[in-house]
Amino acid sequence: MEVLFTSDFLINLFSAGVRLAAPLLMAALGEIIAERSGLLNIGIEGAILLGALFAVFGSDFSGSPWVGALSAILTGAALGLVFAFITVTLGGDQVVTGTAINILALGLSTYLFRLAYGLEGFSHEVEFFRPLAIPLLSEIPFIGPIFFKQSFLVYLAFIFVPVVAYYLFRTMWGLSLRAAGDHPRAADTMGINVARTRYVAVTIGGMLAGLAGSILTLSHLNIFVENISAGRGFIALAAVVFGQWNPAGAMFSALLFGIADALQLRLQTISNVLPYQLLATIPYILTVLALVGVVGRAYPPKALGKPYLREERGS
Amino acid sequence: MTTDKIPLLEMREITKRFPGILANDHINFSVYAGEIHSLLGENGAGKSTLMNILYGLVAPDSGKVFVRGKEVRIHSPLDAIDKGIGMVHQHFMLVDRLSVVENVVIGTKPPGYPAFRKEAAVKRISQLIEEYGFDIDALMPVHLLSVGQQQRVEIIKALYRGADLLILDEPTAVLTPPEVVDLFRLLRNLRQAGHGIIFISHKLNETLENSDQITVIRQGKVVNTVLPQNIDRAGLASLMVGRDVLFDLPHPPYSGKQHAVLNIQNLKVLDDRKIEAVKDISIEVCNGEVFGIAGVDGNGQSELVEALTGLRQGTGGKIMLGGVEITGKSPGEILAQGVAHIPEDRQVRGLVMGFRVDENLILHDYGRPPFTRRGLLQHKEIYRWARQRAQDFDIRPPEPRLQARQLSGGNQQKVVLARELTKNPRLIIAVPPTRGLDVGATEYVHRALLDARANGAAVLLVSTELEEVLSLSDTVAVMYEGRIVGTMQRDEIDITRIGLLMGGGHVD
Ligand SMILES: Nc1ncnc2c1ncn2[C@@H]1O[C@H](COP(=O)(O)OP(=O)(O)OP(=O)(O)O)[C@@H](O)[C@H]1O
Ligand SMILES: [Mg+2]
Repeated sequence: MEVLFTSDFLINLFSAGVRLAAPLLMAALGEIIAERSGLLNIGIEGAILLGALFAVFGSDFSGSPWVGALSAILTGAALGLVFAFITVTLGGDQVVTGTAINILALGLSTYLFRLAYGLEGFSHEVEFFRPLAIPLLSEIPFIGPIFFKQSFLVYLAFIFVPVVAYYLFRTMWGLSLRAAGDHPRAADTMGINVARTRYVAVTIGGMLAGLAGSILTLSHLNIFVENISAGRGFIALAAVVFGQWNPAGAMFSALLFGIADALQLRLQTISNVLPYQLLATIPYILTVLALVGVVGRAYPPKALGKPYLREERGS
Repeated sequence: MTTDKIPLLEMREITKRFPGILANDHINFSVYAGEIHSLLGENGAGKSTLMNILYGLVAPDSGKVFVRGKEVRIHSPLDAIDKGIGMVHQHFMLVDRLSVVENVVIGTKPPGYPAFRKEAAVKRISQLIEEYGFDIDALMPVHLLSVGQQQRVEIIKALYRGADLLILDEPTAVLTPPEVVDLFRLLRNLRQAGHGIIFISHKLNETLENSDQITVIRQGKVVNTVLPQNIDRAGLASLMVGRDVLFDLPHPPYSGKQHAVLNIQNLKVLDDRKIEAVKDISIEVCNGEVFGIAGVDGNGQSELVEALTGLRQGTGGKIMLGGVEITGKSPGEILAQGVAHIPEDRQVRGLVMGFRVDENLILHDYGRPPFTRRGLLQHKEIYRWARQRAQDFDIRPPEPRLQARQLSGGNQQKVVLARELTKNPRLIIAVPPTRGLDVGATEYVHRALLDARANGAAVLLVSTELEEVLSLSDTVAVMYEGRIVGTMQRDEIDITRIGLLMGGGHVD
């Protein structure tokens, strides 16, 4: 047991936690933008998965992880646009649409993946984003190796926290977006194009989810395996609620889930008492507990999940 | 009024059909700069529809709109704002959680765009607030403001966007008497400054006193445009409804034997902020009695009613219904005891807006025959019954298959009344029962309440409309800061005394 409390173990644990938190955070930030505009997109699980695959494709074909990340962004954007078309333009149900996107992504990613790499179940290694030690900062004892020896995309996820917060709370765009999510009819009467606002929001959300997928393949594993997202989209959804629809809140939740994940991975290797399948459920159980704890205290955007049609009158 | 000038606004031959109803039928309507032009009409006459067309929220089937003599096309509120049109909606269009400033600047491009320079915006808006003499903190989230203050935020929103034509859809329905006075003072100032104002109200006296012209609409058509000096209240009412309306109904004394139906003893209730909103109230309401509670909004009336209907738990005291204690019972149990509740906010508490009218009409009784047999809803039976109610209560259009949200505000209220009053209740708890109703419908509701009284029901009437309380009640109580500060019988009513009590003054 004493192995748990050496400084090396802790540094290792927390730095892995930060790394594992990054995709959750990236996806959660995108989802905050979508949900603040009134669209509940549970299809981000699928966007992460397809984003992860196209990141590998992009990097493999071009030899550059940058192209990989860009393909992931475009993949996510395309899924976001599909979601917007069905739910905003056609007024379709958001949960059903999101679920359909997830099923589609799972099937499509498996199919395309086997088409490209055969039946082995994993791709060969592609060019990825290597850890980038930040001069000076990475020298700080304890903190340095945890936060400042990560790869580019991990830094990016954390840089996006203040960026998204600024966008939501300090720009007129963010103001319109939040109004569209709380009271779309009021937003409409104030001259805001609710449909366009929601299109933009959920497309950005899709891009970040796709990028989150590329973190899995271009900065964690460097290969693709089937269903690599493994429910991370749903954990990101939980992080949004747990973080009360605020970027900083989502960051803390993502870190919590990330560290739990890192811890369970380590327990798997040192504990022979509990079966690893049980340990692997820790982050998911934590998700459920977190949501139970926050229920009743969270105030979601008021029009979340509801379509908006102008000539329907009333409240 | 000058007719030789070009009107600020002209709407020509506007027509709009909704499924089953012609809401606007070739309407012609003009407003000049510097005038207050009232639109008057029954519930469902098409006033809000016409204004929504002007504001770009509803697309007309045909017709043209001219602003300062130039034809314009208005496809969205943004177009309307561009043309200098501003609207204060019947149901406010404010984003609750945002602050006053944010609600005002939203959708505009203030200096610094796309950044939102909050400090600068607060300064600008505070200046505007001061200019119009309002008492509002620009940083306050709007849901913490009183209804009157929220309305001022709506007006500021329109003026901030440079509106020179201002539409106000039933602005006085939600205001207290002193707020109404303030509103008209503001409107007169705006008229002085050259704004055109379209004013919609069901209150004929204030319409007569404050308008330059009055246009009356009936069933989607313009009946006439008249000058207030050439007509009186009765004349307007018959133009609107097409028949004569009685404003003061006969109020014969109750002839049966009296006993207490509702008995409240030392009731105490907390509000949402855990502050005692009802402080030790004791009331007795007898059969055949209308017990009116007058008072300015926000003096504990809502909490009192919620405690009586089981929606909120009291922290002390007893509530007895016909000698049986109902304190702490659930709303369902209380309603089953023969209590009818006509709630304050029909869209939140009175109706399920997405349900059809017939479904709303059987919300309490859906489980009983003839509506349910062998566990299945009997749609034919429900429809037939609902159709009869729609006819009895003059719900327009009398089509029970419409969703509640598709009815005009006044007709929504009639659906609530139809459901609550047809079950022959022992006790009727009515909170602003005629808010938003036209004169004809108001007469109808008052008649229905008095009929229920004549049949031995007890009526607890909670209203901020003093006129309504006075004309219906056998006993009038005044509520102030959670207490009953005075009670008087019908024959000893003294209006000055009531006014004083409502404002918190002491009378000896
Ligand atoms: N979106 C809609 N769908 C269907 N019918 C509608 C819709 N909007 C309005 N109507 C119908 O059009 C008619 C006119 O409604 P409108 O709201 O204009 O009346 P109003 O004069 O404002 O009445 P009130 O005084 O009760 O507010 C009503 O019969 C109403 O049921
Ligand atoms: Mg109306």
